[in-house]
Amino acid sequence: MNRFLLPLGIFLLLVVVLAIGIKHSPDKGTIASPLLGKPAPQFALPSLADPSRQVRSQDLKGRWYLFNVWGTWCGECRAEHATLLQVSRAGVLPVIGLDWKDSDEEARAWLSQLGNPYQAVAVDRNGRTAIDWGVYGAPETFLVNPQGVVVYKHIGAVTLATWTHEILPRVTAPATGS
Amino acid sequence: MSRRGPACLRWGVTVALWLCGLVWAVDTTQLPDPALQARYEVLTHELRCMQCQNESLADSPVDLAADLRREVRDQLLAGKSDAQIRAWMAARYGDFILFRPRFSLRNAWLWGAPAVLLLVGVIVAWRVVRERTALLADDHEPLDEDGG
Repeated sequence: MNRFLLPLGIFLLLVVVLAIGIKHSPDKGTIASPLLGKPAPQFALPSLADPSRQVRSQDLKGRWYLFNVWGTWCGECRAEHATLLQVSRAGVLPVIGLDWKDSDEEARAWLSQLGNPYQAVAVDRNGRTAIDWGVYGAPETFLVNPQGVVVYKHIGAVTLATWTHEILPRVTAPATGS
Repeated sequence: MSRRGPACLRWGVTVALWLCGLVWAVDTTQLPDPALQARYEVLTHELRCMQCQNESLADSPVDLAADLRREVRDQLLAGKSDAQIRAWMAARYGDFILFRPRFSLRNAWLWGAPAVLLLVGVIVAWRVVRERTALLADDHEPLDEDGG
């Protein structure tokens, strides 16, 4: 009897372990950010609207904000643009853009053509700031809390579902911390 | 029939193919110091291109890989150690960027599993061997009595 029970037990244990692994495996292609729960990387970059001014992370402390990495060369960014406009109109939190390795003229043309959801856009021409944020493809969107901690990261186009199910509950929940 | 092809054509094709290799080389970075260059090559081959995921930084033609190679180069020139550079990358992109995973509490069970499995195997093997030797010993005695 024992002869069969032991292999059966091991088999069942293996089934359970693998089932947990499959259930909890993240979507293929998305990689959890090591930034979650950590302070957002510091940056001070020229503003797209007025290159003589700077967009600085320290000026954003004390309130929630969305940090959206985009570029005019990025097709998915065009797809998410309408959603960003809606988010911006909702007025819950400011959207800060990071224009990643892009041309300023094209970026300004894009915003005047499609509408500007951003309270400010920082220009990251050499891509250093994007690397600090662990960005590996646009669009990527980070939610940063008033303490300056990254609490959520979304890879790919933000949809209304992302906004209502992932972002909004985190912002409106009273004192969730990180 | 191909034997009749002129030698200059064959040479031409060979040289053209060789030139392709040079022209298509993804990374042509040269560091001033051969020791640094060697470390640079090991590091860029050990770090993953996050966009293509199954290519190393050294082999990937995408923009981000070029940016990260530049970062490796700059940090090597600034005197950073290999471990510091790997940690810098992992802090931004997670352990996933390291082709050779590090030991951490989260993956300790994965590193420990082979040792545990080996131990289980040894215990099982030891018990089986002991049982069989016991059986052999049992077998011998009656045989001796019967045969004697």
